[in-house]
Formats: sequence, C-alpha cells, structure tokens
Amino acid sequence: MKEEKKKTTQPRWSDLNLSNEKLIKMYRDMLLIRRFEERAAQEYGKGKIGGFCHLYIGQEATGVGAIAPLREDDFIYTAYRDHGQALARGMDTNGCMAELFGKVTGVSKGMGGSMHFYDLSKGFMGGWGIVGGHPPLAAGSAFATKYQGRDSVTICFMGEASTNQGVFHETLNMAQLWKLPVIFICENNGYGMGTAISRAMAGEELFDKAAGYEMARGAVNGMDVIEMYREMTIAIERARKENLPTFLEARTYRFRGHSMSDPGQYRTKEEIEEYKKRDPIETFGKELVAEGILKQSDIELMDEAIKKEVQEAVEFADASPQPPIEVLYDNIYA
Amino acid sequence: MERDSSVFLLGEDIGPFGGAFKATKGFLQHFGEDRVVDTVLAETAILGAATGAAVVGMRPVAEIQFADFVTTGFSQLVNNSASVHYRWHIPCPMVVRLPSGAGIHGGPFHSRNPEAWFFHQPGFKIVAPSTPYDAKGLIKAAVRDNNPVLYLEHKRLYRHIKGEVPDTDYIVEIGKGDVKRTGNDISVITYGSMVHMALEAAEVLQNENGVSVEVIDLRSLMPLDSELIFSSVRKTGKVLIAHEDNITGGIGGEIAAMISDICFQFLDAPIKRIGAIDTPTPYSPTLEEYFLPNTKKVVAALQELAAF
Ligand SMILES: Cc1ncc(C[n+]2csc(CCOP(=O)(O)OP(=O)(O)O)c2C)c(N)n1
Repeated sequence: MKEEKKKTTQPRWSDLNLSNEKLIKMYRDMLLIRRFEERAAQEYGKGKIGGFCHLYIGQEATGVGAIAPLREDDFIYTAYRDHGQALARGMDTNGCMAELFGKVTGVSKGMGGSMHFYDLSKGFMGGWGIVGGHPPLAAGSAFATKYQGRDSVTICFMGEASTNQGVFHETLNMAQLWKLPVIFICENNGYGMGTAISRAMAGEELFDKAAGYEMARGAVNGMDVIEMYREMTIAIERARKENLPTFLEARTYRFRGHSMSDPGQYRTKEEIEEYKKRDPIETFGKELVAEGILKQSDIELMDEAIKKEVQEAVEFADASPQPPIEVLYDNIYA
Repeated sequence: MERDSSVFLLGEDIGPFGGAFKATKGFLQHFGEDRVVDTVLAETAILGAATGAAVVGMRPVAEIQFADFVTTGFSQLVNNSASVHYRWHIPCPMVVRLPSGAGIHGGPFHSRNPEAWFFHQPGFKIVAPSTPYDAKGLIKAAVRDNNPVLYLEHKRLYRHIKGEVPDTDYIVEIGKGDVKRTGNDISVITYGSMVHMALEAAEVLQNENGVSVEVIDLRSLMPLDSELIFSSVRKTGKVLIAHEDNITGGIGGEIAAMISDICFQFLDAPIKRIGAIDTPTPYSPTLEEYFLPNTKKVVAALQELAAF
C-alpha cells in the first residue's frame, strides 16, 4: 500500500532551485502576513489604529513570490497596501505594528501610518499614498544603480487602477527607452476601490498596456506563490543581466474591502467565496504537505508561533511611547 | 442639477459607490449614468475633460476624492481651466469639489488644505463653507458661476457639524463673508473648520475674560469680502486670522497685508495669525493634535491680543 502512494513525479518547482527551507520560509511569510493583518483589523476595530488601513489579505502570494527571489541589495517600491510586502521583505513585525499604532518605535516613527512603511536598510522604499505617484521613483532608482555600476534591480508594485494615471505610461516609456533594470508588478485584484477593471480599462489585456513601449510583459497567477517566483526569476535575470525592464501582471484578489470602511457592495459574496477556494496560503500549504515538506502538525505549530509573534507585536506597539513633539521638526530638512 | 441639464458630475467612484465620503450617495439612482459619471483613476484627465466640457456648454462638477490628489491634475487646472477666459474670453463654468483638511489621522497625503496653491493663481474662485446652510448655498452659487470654482469641503465637518438646511432654492453669493458672531473687542477672520473653534473660543473669552469677540466667516477665499473684513477691523482694532492650513505662505499672510495696508491707523495690536505648524501632516494622532490649531490655541491667541 505504502509503496503505491509514493510519489514518482517531481514537484512542479523542481526547475527553480528552491530548497525546502526556502519553500517553508515562503509559506511562513504568507501566513505571517495573514495573521498580522487579521490582528491589525481587530486593533483597528478597537480604535488602536487610526486613519486608513488597507489589507493585503488574499494577495499574499504576489508579494511573497515576487520578493523571495530578490537579493538583499535590491530595491522595492509599493503603493499604500504595503503591510504584506514589508513583512515579506523581513521588516520587523514589531515595528510594523507600532507604525499602525502611530508610535515612535514604528518603522516610520509614527509619522506615516499604514500607507507609508519604509526601511532603507532593507531596500524597502515604501509605502506611497498617492496612486500612481511612485513608479517613476522606481525608474529613478534603477537608473541610479545602473549608473553606479551596481547590478541591483528595483521592483515596483502597483494596483491595476494606478495604470490609468498618465505617469504610469511616462514611466514605462522611460524605463524601456533607457533600458532600466526595473520590474513593474501590477497587482490586478480586479477592483480599484469600488470600480471593477472592466469599467475602467478600454483594452482587453492589462499587460498589453506595456506593448506600446515594446516592453517584455505577461500575466501570471498571482495567487500561486510558485508561479510568481518563477516569472520573477526570469524578470530579475533580464533586469540584472541585460538591463531590461519587465511589466508583470499578477492576477490576484483581495478578500477584504478596499479599506476598513468599505461595505463592498460592488461585488457579490459568491465571487469572494469562489476566490477564497483558491486561497494562496491554504493551497500552498496543502501542496507542501502532499510533497512531504511539511506535516500538518508542523503547520499548526508554525501558526501558533506566528500568532505569538503577532501578539508580542501588539503588546510592543501598545507599550511603546508616543512620538515626542521634536520629531515633527527634526525631519523636514536633511 | 434638477433645473439645468448641462450640470453633470464626474469623479472616481462617485456612482454606485457614492463617493469616498458618500457625498454623491443616491445621485446615480436619481440622475442616471449620463449625469453621474464614474471616471477611471486619473485626476489629470478628470480635470482636463471637465475643462473641455465646460468650454462647450456643460457645467461639470468634478470630485477629487481627497484634495491632496488634485496635485496630480495641477497642470490642467492652473494652466488650462484658470486661463480659458483670459485667453479666449469665453466662460469656463466648472466646479471642483475638494474634500480637504486634517484631523482624521490621514497622514501626509490625505490631509492637505490646498487653498493657498490656487489662491496665488489668477482665474479661480475659491469657497470654503463651514455650515450645512452655507454648503448648500455655495455649491449652488458655484455651479451657476461662469468660472472655475474650487469648492473646499472640510472632511472633519462632514460628520461633526449639523445644521438647518432649508428646502428652498437659495444661493450664498460668492465673495460675501458672514458675521457668525458679533463683537466689539477682537475680530477673528476665519473659514472652514476653524469657524467652529473660533466660535467656541469667543464664548470662552466672553465668559472668562469679559472680552467680546467678533467671528467673521469668510466663506469665499477668492474673491475675499474685503469690505466686511475692513469694517470689522475698524470697529475692533485687533485681529486674529485663523486657518487650518499651515502658516507660512497661507492665505492669512495676504489678509494681514491687506489689513495693514488699508486699516493701519485703526489697529491697536499687531495682527496675529494662527494655523497648523509648518510641517507635513503627521499620522500619529498625538503629533497631529499638536500640529493642528484647536480651540485652546485660539483662546490663548485671543487672550494675548486682549491683553495687548
Ligand atoms: C492620486 C490618487 N487618486 C485617488 C486616490 C484614492 N484611491 C486610493 S486607492 C484607490 C484605488 C486604487 O486601486 P488599485 O490601484 O487597483 O489598487 P488596490 O486598491 O486594488 O490595491 C483610490 C481611488 C489616491 N490615493 N491617489
């Protein structure tokens, strides 16, 4: 019996040079993001977190799969839905939670909040609240590293609605024209706030927006961390070796509202349920178990440890001091 | 919108979603898709298209989701909308609604007061209501005006202020301020959210210091009701200018200059200004509270003036 069950086929990532350790890390990162944000939502409800808070829940595979193949000297830009990518980059869980709480121990010293995480030491260049405002910064970053003779690449996440801004097109043209080592990852979760992409895009295929610039482009299943990793590996190679940009459309879905105050009447419960069946964490977890890389009990232990990590982050954030008034003035000029 | 079919709304998620602040909730059902137009996320195109439509006989009312995002379409407004009449001598009747202001922990990119950017540019009218009554009267006046009107809606006032709004079709004339409280000793010149703090502070000064404070609600920032400002200053001889926007380069400086030019001999004290401190808006609620003007700070400034 046992003999019969033994797998003979290779796992689908066998071409990717992924160690078991790395695979487990990717799973853990996704689970950490999920638990961190579930808790952030609770704390928001209690009034511990103010302002705006946009959750990444459902999109974890995109961020983790894109960031996992990067090197430490690479750069990351993103929009305001930034908690997931920050954690995937290994930013401090405590500091991330404290930022949401507006405390001085936060990753932006409490000055930025949910939308404006950053950590220069990790090449995490933020967290930007103006939709479409950050892609040219990523192009500038790629220009600089190329100029300096470094072989770093810059990746730039953005929501699909930001591709409607003129500056998106200005940036793509520049990146291709100047042959910049930058990768644009457009997280197409189907909606910009309450507007479905079908009501906001004239063409058929989102990734074809890059066609006018003859940029390497394509779509990938953003709910599959392995597929993300695979496509990113190719794009990173292209950027690092050939100084050429890529536009990657990651097809994904957010399980929660646009922000904490979104009643979500623009989409059906059935649609959300349909996508939840493809939950990126559950599906990858099952796969790792099936491949014998993790046991169900390992996953449970890991989940416990993560919940503890998040609980400690909340306690840390709660106990941290408010920023002193001086920080207001300290940072206006260099 | 009922009386003039050339009026239409455009903006991001103003249709089924009803707008980020629900200002257009129910409009789609009532006026239909032709007149309540959901746009893509592209402020440049929204403001440019509104200008283009205005020039050929429409009266667009564009919503910019947060006033901060108007920066993305700045060129369209400043170079195109504001210059149409100057160059072509034809009207450009459009309204841009700008939910503005801090105090809701929005952080640096969701808290701006944008008036000073546009105050400096000839060609715009700018209004900033502080009460529901004025909000209705000014939006009607703005829609009927033949110039680009920037209509500032303070985000915190949406849910914090209640007031009577008559059903009748009235307008509040653009360029006319309003005395929200009469007084003899000090004039507070203010608008928007600060009107309410000024009124609270005036009450405190009356009760605790026996000082009578007049509160002038400008309502229109461009054009300014200079006659109302001057007559109040001639009466009281002391002035506090209060706005939530930060002090340096804020429109309070221009008002102070006007007063010192025209009313110098009536002044019994230096003109004082109060506003947010000159930094970006911090997210941390503690820092934001320190950053913003509030009733206590207005009281302190008024007491200082009273003692002068
Ligand atoms: C310039 C600008 N316009 C509008 C907004 C308001 N806004 C914030 S998020 C958003 C929708 C963006 O959708 P998308 O880019 O697809 O990202 P997602 O929310 O799906 O992650 C809008 C309209 C903004 N922050 N900046």
